[in-house]
Amino acid sequence: MIGGLFIYNHKGEVLISRVYRDDIGRNAVDAFRVNVIHARQQVRSPVTNIARTSFFHIKRSNIWLACVTKQNVNAGLVFEFLNKMVEVMQSYFGKISEDNIKNNFVLIYELLDEILDFGYPQNADTSILKTFITQTGIKAQVTKEEQSQITSQVTGQISWRREGIKYRRNELFLDVLENVNLLMSPQGQVLSAHVAGRIVMKSYLSGMPECKFGINDKLVLDKSGRSDDPSKVSATGKSSIAIDDCTFHQCVRLSKFETEHSISFIPPDGEYELMRYRTTKDISLPFRVIPLVREVGRTKMEVKVVIKSNFKPSLLAQKIEVRIPTPLNTSGVQVICMKGKAKYKASENAIVWKLKRMGGMKESQISAEIELLPSDKKKWSRPPISMNFEVPFAPSGLKVRYLKVFEPKLNYSDHDVIKWVRYIGRSGLYETRC
Amino acid sequence: MTDSKYFTTTKKGEIFELKGELNSDKKEKKKEAVKKVIASMTVGKDVSALFPDVVNCMQTDNLELKKLVYLYLMNYAKSQPDMAIMAVNTFVKDCEDTNPLIRALAVRTMGCIRVDKITEYLCEPLRKCLKDEDPYVRKTAAVCVAKLHDINAQLVEDQGFLDQLRELLSDSNPMVVANAVAALSEISDTSPSPAAQMEMNQQTINKLLAALNECTEWGQIFILDALSNYVPKDDREAQSICERVTPRLAHSNAGVVLSAVKVLMKGMEYVGMETEFVTTLQKKLAPPLVTLLSSEPEVQYVALRNINLIVQKRPDILKHEMKVFFVKYNDPIYVKLENWTSYPSATQENIAQVLAELKEYATEVDVDFVRKSVRAIGRCAIKVEQAAERCVSTLLDLIQTKVNYVVQEAIVVIKDIFRKYPNKYESIISTLCENLESLDEPDARASMIWIVGEYAERIDNADELLESFLEGFHDESTQVQLQLLTAIVKLFLKKPTETQELVQQVLSLATQDSDNPDLRDRGYIYWRLLSTDPAAAKEVVLAEKPLISSETDRLEPTLLDELICYIASLASVYHKPPSAFVEGQALVVRRTQLPVRSASGEPGATGATESPVPQQAQPVQQQQSVIPSHDTAMGDLLGDLLSMDLNPQPQQQMSMTPAPQQDMGGMDLLGGGLDSLLGGPSPVAGMPASQASMGGGLGDILGLGISSTTYVPPKQVWLPAPKAKGLEVSGTFSIRQNVRYMDLTLKNNAMAPMGDFAIQFNKNSFGLSPASALQVPSPLSPGQTADVTLPLGTNGPVQKMDPLMNLQVAMKNNIDVFYFSCLIPIHLLFTEDGQMDRKVFLATWKDIPDSNEVQKEIANPNQLDPKGISDKLQQSFIFTIAQRNVDGRDMLYQSLKLTNGIWVLAELKIQPRSPTMTLSLKTRALDVIPQVQQAYELIIANM
Repeated sequence: MIGGLFIYNHKGEVLISRVYRDDIGRNAVDAFRVNVIHARQQVRSPVTNIARTSFFHIKRSNIWLACVTKQNVNAGLVFEFLNKMVEVMQSYFGKISEDNIKNNFVLIYELLDEILDFGYPQNADTSILKTFITQTGIKAQVTKEEQSQITSQVTGQISWRREGIKYRRNELFLDVLENVNLLMSPQGQVLSAHVAGRIVMKSYLSGMPECKFGINDKLVLDKSGRSDDPSKVSATGKSSIAIDDCTFHQCVRLSKFETEHSISFIPPDGEYELMRYRTTKDISLPFRVIPLVREVGRTKMEVKVVIKSNFKPSLLAQKIEVRIPTPLNTSGVQVICMKGKAKYKASENAIVWKLKRMGGMKESQISAEIELLPSDKKKWSRPPISMNFEVPFAPSGLKVRYLKVFEPKLNYSDHDVIKWVRYIGRSGLYETRC
Repeated sequence: MTDSKYFTTTKKGEIFELKGELNSDKKEKKKEAVKKVIASMTVGKDVSALFPDVVNCMQTDNLELKKLVYLYLMNYAKSQPDMAIMAVNTFVKDCEDTNPLIRALAVRTMGCIRVDKITEYLCEPLRKCLKDEDPYVRKTAAVCVAKLHDINAQLVEDQGFLDQLRELLSDSNPMVVANAVAALSEISDTSPSPAAQMEMNQQTINKLLAALNECTEWGQIFILDALSNYVPKDDREAQSICERVTPRLAHSNAGVVLSAVKVLMKGMEYVGMETEFVTTLQKKLAPPLVTLLSSEPEVQYVALRNINLIVQKRPDILKHEMKVFFVKYNDPIYVKLENWTSYPSATQENIAQVLAELKEYATEVDVDFVRKSVRAIGRCAIKVEQAAERCVSTLLDLIQTKVNYVVQEAIVVIKDIFRKYPNKYESIISTLCENLESLDEPDARASMIWIVGEYAERIDNADELLESFLEGFHDESTQVQLQLLTAIVKLFLKKPTETQELVQQVLSLATQDSDNPDLRDRGYIYWRLLSTDPAAAKEVVLAEKPLISSETDRLEPTLLDELICYIASLASVYHKPPSAFVEGQALVVRRTQLPVRSASGEPGATGATESPVPQQAQPVQQQQSVIPSHDTAMGDLLGDLLSMDLNPQPQQQMSMTPAPQQDMGGMDLLGGGLDSLLGGPSPVAGMPASQASMGGGLGDILGLGISSTTYVPPKQVWLPAPKAKGLEVSGTFSIRQNVRYMDLTLKNNAMAPMGDFAIQFNKNSFGLSPASALQVPSPLSPGQTADVTLPLGTNGPVQKMDPLMNLQVAMKNNIDVFYFSCLIPIHLLFTEDGQMDRKVFLATWKDIPDSNEVQKEIANPNQLDPKGISDKLQQSFIFTIAQRNVDGRDMLYQSLKLTNGIWVLAELKIQPRSPTMTLSLKTRALDVIPQVQQAYELIIANM
C-alpha cells in the first residue's frame, strides 16, 4: 500500500511529509523533488518510477501532492485517495495553498494519521472526521456516549451521516448540473458530443431519512430493462432519455439499483454529489458555431464566426463567450460585431467575444481582420474555436420525476419537506474546429 | 490559526531553547514547543536530540499533544531504541483507556514503532484490541497485525494473530472485515510461509461479498482486490461472483470500478468461452470504462493504461466506443499519448473518420504526439488494405508540410507500407527522394536507404543517391551503415555493370575501415558470397520477404494474461509484471494465472512483441528452419548465417570465436573461423556451454558438434534366449549424426554357431524401416556376442499400432525366424528441423484449441536450471523458442516435430530449487502426448 505522502510547494520545499512504511527512506522526498518537480522537461506521466520506487502525484494550484510506494499498489485507489485528500483539506481550510497548508500542518498530520493507517485509506468522510478532528484542536472532553457514537460512525454502515440531526424546517435542494461537450468539424459535422451531468443535493433533513429518487431514464421507466429495443424508444418518445452510464455517491444502494433500477439512499447532511451520469444520444446542442477562416496572403487573415442559439425562444442563455484563437505572429486585429463586446487579447493569442445574454433561436456574428507579421516558422496549428455559456435547461433532456423522503421515526412526512429543483446546462469543452 | 510561524524558527541554539520550552510547566508552552519540533522534523532538520524531552510530554490528557508526541516517536524511535522503551508504559496504559479513540491511537502508533523490544510489549495489548468491544479499535488492530508482520513475521505466526485475523473476516462490522482482508492479503503476499497464506473458500467469499455492499469505498477496493485472487470452483460460482460484483461498476470511486473490472475480467475467463453471460457482461463493462475517461486526468491516465490491456484481451468491449478516444485539445500530454496506444483497432467502416482525426493530430505541436499519429496512419494502412491508398496520400500530404520530424516519421512508416504492399505505391518514390537531404535521424535514413536499395531498378540515380550517403559512411550510426551495405549489395545484384566500383568501396569500408563487428562480419559474408556464387547471393539477398504484422504494439499473450490479473495496480500502469519493479516479489508466487489461455484476440493476429524489422532481406523463418548438416553446401550455410543479421546477439558471439585469428587476413578470417566451427567437435567443445545455448542461428550451428549425444536409453533384452533357441537380442535406439540407429547386441547362447542374419519390421505408426541390411559378423560362435547397428529410415509403411510406439520385429538366422516387439522411444522421432519460428509458434499455440492442452508435473531430480534443461532438450531436438521469467519462475516455450510432420508445442514452467516442473503440451495429435511427456522425463532425468 501507500508508503508515504509528501506535500511540496512549487519550489519543491517539503511542507508535509508523512512516512507510513519502513521501506520508504528520507531520500524519497528528495528523489521526487529532483526528478519530477525540478525536472527539466515537463513530466510525461503522473506515475514516475525512480530507482524501484513509484511516485504518484497530482498538482493543485501550485502545490504538489505525492504518494510514494515500493509495492504493486492499486493505482486507481492511490489517485482517488489523493483527490479525496484534497477534498478533505479544502473542506477544513479552503483553498489549497502554501500558506493554508503551513497554517494547518498540525491538523493535516492529524488527518493523515486518521485517514491512512499503514498506507491503507480509512474513512475519509469530512462530515464524520469533523466530529472528532477540529481545526481548533481536538474536542477537549467528550462524554462516553459521544465517544462510542463517534467510533460507530467512523466504522459504521452509514459512515456518511451522523445521528440526531434536527431541523425545524425540512428542506432539500436539487441541482441538475450538466456540462455539454462538443467537438465539431468546420463543416458542421458532430465529431463527438457528450453530456457529463451531476446531480448535487443539499439536504437539510432531520433524523435518518430514507430517500427515493426518480428521473426520466429509459432504463428506469421501462422496468423490463431492454434499452436497445427500438420499438420501446418510439413508444416512450422524447420523454425519456438514454443514460450511457452513471455512478453514485456511496450512500446509494448499488445492488438495489442493479436489480430494481431504483435509486434509494440515506443522504449525507448538507451538500454532496448524489449522482454523476453521461449521455451521448439525442443531445440538444444549445449553440452552433459556424467558422469561416480565410488566409489572404502571407500577412493577412479574415475570420468570420456566426453563432446560432438552438433552444426555446422563451429561454435565455447567459455568460456567453466565444474564443477565437489567432496565430502567434499576429500583429494587429480589427473586430466588428453587432452584439456584445469583442477584444483581441494578445497574451492569450485569441479574440474573446462576450455576450451577456442571448435568447433562443437567434443568430449573431463577428468578423475580424487579422494582420500577421511575416514569419518563416512552421504552419500555425489552428486550435479550435471554443465557447462558454450557461443555459437554464438540461441539454441531455434529463428530468427529475420525484424525490420522496420517508422518516419513520420522526413525525414529518414527504409532504412536509420543501423541495427545490434547478437545471443548469454549462459548456464543457465546446469546440469547433476551423 | 497561524501555525506557519513554526516553520520560521531558524535561530541558532534553537534546540537548546526548545529543550527548555519542552520542560516548561505550562501546558500551552509545551504544546507550542512540540509543534515547533514537528515543523523542524518536516523540513528535514535533525531534532532527535530532543527525544527524552519530547517523550516526557507523552503523559498528558491532551489528545492533540499526545498525537504530536506520537508522530515524533514514530519518526525517531528507530534511531533511539533504548530511549523508546521509556514510552512503552504509556502505550500499554493507553491501550486500557476507557476512550476507544485513545485505545486505537495507542495500538496504531505502537505498531509503527519498529523497535524489537517494543514489539514484545505490543503482543498482549494487540491481542486484547483484536477482541475489543469497539469496532474502531478492532479495525485499527487488524491493520496493526500487518504492521507487526512486517517487523517480525515469525512472531505473528507464533502468537496466533493470523487466526485472530481470520476470525475478524466474520466480524459484524464491514470496516473491520475490510481491514482484516487488507491485512491478510498483504501478509500472504509477502510471506513465503504456507501458514500465512490466505485461504479462501466459498464461505469466506460469501462473507466478503456481503461486506462489499456495506463498507467504505476503500474497503470495497480491498475486498475486490482480494476477491480477484480467488479461484472459483466452477463456472457457476464464477458467474455468481460476477453478478454480485457488477453493481460496483456504478460506484463513483474509480478505484472501486477498476478493481471490479479486474474481478470481472478474471471471472469471465472462468465462466468459459463465449457464453451469453460473457457477452452481456462485456456490454456492461464498456460504459463504466468510458466514464472513467471523464474523471481527473491522473485517473484517466490509469484508466487508459488499463483499457489498453482490456482491449487487447477482449477487443469487442470497446469496439463501438471509438469516439471517446479522440483527443481533446487541452488534455495533458500523457493523456493524449495514452489515448493513442489504447485506440481500438481501425476497421474498414470507421477508417475515414479515424484518418481525418489522425491527420488533424499530425499538425499538433507536441513532437511525440505527432510522431505517434503519423505512425498510426501507417498502421491503418497496413491493417486495412482498402484504406491503404488514402493513408498513403495522407502521408504524402504530410510530407509536403516539410516539417522535419513529420517527414522523417512518414518515411519510416512508408517503408512498412512498401513491405506490406509491394509494387503498388512505388510511384511516390520520387517525392520521397526529394526529402533525402532533410533526413537526419538514423531510423529515417535507414528506411530511406532500404527503399532505394529495394527499388534500385526503378530509381535512375540510385547509385548516385547511395554514393552520396557513402561519403560520410563512418559518421553514420550502425543501423544506417548496415542498411547502406545491404542496399548497395542489392543494387549491385540488380545493376552489376555500373556499380562494381561502388560495391567494392562499401565492402572495403565495412570490412577494413570499420571496427564494428556486426558490420565487418556482414561485409565479409557479402563479399565471400558475391565472389563464390553470385546466383546464390541473389537468391539470398533478394529473397522474398516475410509478411509483416500490423499489431506492433501488442503484448505477448502470456504477459497480457498476467497483466490482466493485475488490472488497476501499478503493474497495469507500467505494463510490466510486478517482479520488474517490486523488490522481493520473486520470493512469492502469486496465483496470477488466468485459467485458460483463451484464443481471444483477432484471428490471425500474431501478438508478437517485436516490431517488424523489414530492412533485412532474409526471411526470418529461414533462420531456424535450415539446420546445416555436415554435407550442406557452403552457400546454404552462408545463407543461414546471413539471416542471423536479424539477431545481433548471437552474431556478436559469432565474431568472438574467430577473433584470435584476426591477423590471418580478411578472407581467411571468415573461412578459417567458419571451418573451425564446422570442422568438428574440437573447437566447438572448447566453446563455453553458455554460448551454445544463446539461441537463434548460432545455437543450431554449434548444436551440430554435439548432436550425436542424444539421450540413448540403456539396452534392454528384447528377445530372451530361451524363446529364440539360444539367440539373445537386446537393443536400444539412438541418433548419431542425424541418422537414427537401432543398436543391437546379439548373443549366441546356443551350442552351435549362427549365421545368415536378417531383419524385417512390421508396419508401424511412424513408418520406421531398416535402411540397410543387417551386418552381423557370421558365423556367431557359441558364447560370442556381437554389437551391430542398424540404420533406420522413416519412410516405411505406416499403420497405427497399439500401443502407439510398438514396433514388431522379425529376425531370421540360419536356425529359425523369431518375432519380438519393442517400444520406440519417441524422441527418436524428433527431427532436427523442429524449431518453429517464434511468430509461427505463437500463432499455432493460439490456433490449437485449449482442449488439446495437457499438463503434467514432471520431475527435475537434478534441479537443473532452465539453461541446462534447454541445452539438454536441444540435444534431443526439442528446441527452445523463447524463454521468459514470470514471478521467479522460468517459462520455456519449446517446439518439436516428429518425422511424420506432427508438431508438438510445449510450455515448461520451472520453479527454481524445486524438484518438479510443469509441462504443458499442445498438439493436434493427442495420441503422442503421453510419449512426449515420458521423453521429457527421460531426457531430463538421465543426461
